[in-house]
Amino acid sequence: MRSVAITSVKPRERSKARPAASAAGSKVYRPYSNWFYLPTAIIYGVLFLVPTFASLYFSLTRWSLFESKFIGLDNFKLFFQEPALVKGFTNTLIYAVITSGSKVVLGLLLAVLLTSQIVARGYLRSVVFFPVLVSTIGVGLTFTVLMNPEKGLINESLGLLGISGPGWLTDPKWALLSVAAVDVWKGVGLATLIYIAGIVSIPREYIEAARVDGATSWQQFWRIVLPLSRPATVTVIILSLIGGLRSFDLIWAMTRGGPGFTSDVIASVIYKQYQAGFYGLSTAGNVVLFITVTAIILPLSWFLNRKEVDL
Amino acid sequence: MSTAELVNHRPARKWILSTVAIVVSLVVFVIPFAFIVLTAVKDRTQSADLSFSWPHQFRFVQNFIEVVEARDYMLVIAFINSTILTVVSVTGMVVLAAMAGFVLQRRKSRWNGFINFLVLAGLIIPPAVVPTIWVLQKIGLFKTMPGLILIEIAYGLSFCILLFRAFVATIPRELDEAAIIDGAGPLRLFFQVVFPLLRSVIVTVVVVQSVNVFNDFVNPLYFLPGDQNATVQLTLYNFSSQFTTQYNLLFMDILLITIPPLIMFLFFNRQIVAGLTSGAIKG
Repeated sequence: MRSVAITSVKPRERSKARPAASAAGSKVYRPYSNWFYLPTAIIYGVLFLVPTFASLYFSLTRWSLFESKFIGLDNFKLFFQEPALVKGFTNTLIYAVITSGSKVVLGLLLAVLLTSQIVARGYLRSVVFFPVLVSTIGVGLTFTVLMNPEKGLINESLGLLGISGPGWLTDPKWALLSVAAVDVWKGVGLATLIYIAGIVSIPREYIEAARVDGATSWQQFWRIVLPLSRPATVTVIILSLIGGLRSFDLIWAMTRGGPGFTSDVIASVIYKQYQAGFYGLSTAGNVVLFITVTAIILPLSWFLNRKEVDL
Repeated sequence: MSTAELVNHRPARKWILSTVAIVVSLVVFVIPFAFIVLTAVKDRTQSADLSFSWPHQFRFVQNFIEVVEARDYMLVIAFINSTILTVVSVTGMVVLAAMAGFVLQRRKSRWNGFINFLVLAGLIIPPAVVPTIWVLQKIGLFKTMPGLILIEIAYGLSFCILLFRAFVATIPRELDEAAIIDGAGPLRLFFQVVFPLLRSVIVTVVVVQSVNVFNDFVNPLYFLPGDQNATVQLTLYNFSSQFTTQYNLLFMDILLITIPPLIMFLFFNRQIVAGLTSGAIKG
């Protein structure tokens, strides 16, 4: 094969060695053309990068889409003074931390359960995972009905047990937590799946060796499974934090930020200000969200990825 | 089976644990879906009770017809719109991301770090909504289907490029070299030699992204408002304010919209799992 190549096509033979050599921009034939980036670069640049950079400017303006007036940091001041908007900011953090934390804990427990030898494992895995694929709006509307304070199934069942459940979505104390709970219900399947992949990749010998040495199930979990599924934990934390901080559809389908603005998050504030025509303020919300997400995710992923476990 | 087994092999304990798990899963995960199905086939008055009960009469067909006819067949239009949106944008994503991921993996240059940074930025940074509307208006694509398709492609590219780049790394370079020696240009090399080899990862990307795009609510809400252009998720949202007294129809709509992901799940479970867990082990 190789000898044929050398004798038949001389000029092209040189290009064979090219990929290994450093690309310095010389005129040699290249099989890997930079043109392949072009369509991606145009779409991504025009519809993602340009708006992202434009948002930095427009967040400093009063803006009607046609004309913009520079007003400095007024939008941001408003964002951190108006109680409704501040509430949106703190709620975003609470929501992200609660959903992410619950997904890590529940996902890990479910994954341990679903990799153990129990009956109907396939059924259990499917049923835990399926909600991930269902429309968020559909899930939100269904649970709005189930959480109805008087007639909903949840409070009816609690009533049978003698507990009078709160108005899950109508009580300001509970609204955000209820939505977060539904978010966990819908998203825990993904966390479980990621953990299952992590646990399955742990060599079985480790567990067997530990068992021979007389380790209890708890010790096996705490000393072997938990540390070795660290990459999975990192993935689950990062993914669910990004999702939680940006979350909009579920909250919008269930409470629309209500009652009042007690379950507003930044993403729903952005939508409300957009609907009200305050484009500058809405964009400022976007910049706040952008900064929040980067300020949390970048250091966190750097920190989590730094400490690798020795195998 | 290389599964790490934590739970002991004592049979009694295994059976108790299994039973508890199955009962809990029925209550937590199955009942909500059963509730959707039951409410969708009830008549109007019974569905207004919001109770978890057996329907007095099964009105599957009538409810189905009523939902489809509501607001001048909006649901039919929405299904057509969603299908077009999903098919075109996912096709675009696959082709563009495969090309970019291929070159990104194969060609080492000083720009690679920067490109990788942009790809990750696309995963992390929340899109700036109003400025995007402003850009779309400037290029005349706001409130149009092509505009929304391009938006979905732009937001989905990062994830796809990551998957393709990782998969291209497993294809031996010798194949490229053999094709080049046989006289293939860059386009032929990619479309006739490499692209067919990407089949398994393409299936994964297609399945995961079609579910994503089909279920997307936020982008159609912002970039394609208006009843004529509604996608299925928007019909759900619109119906929810219109059908407050007709829960049977609302839940019939939810049921219909759940069917496409269900089909995906039944046929492509393995690919979905592969796509979603691809980052889990490497970290």
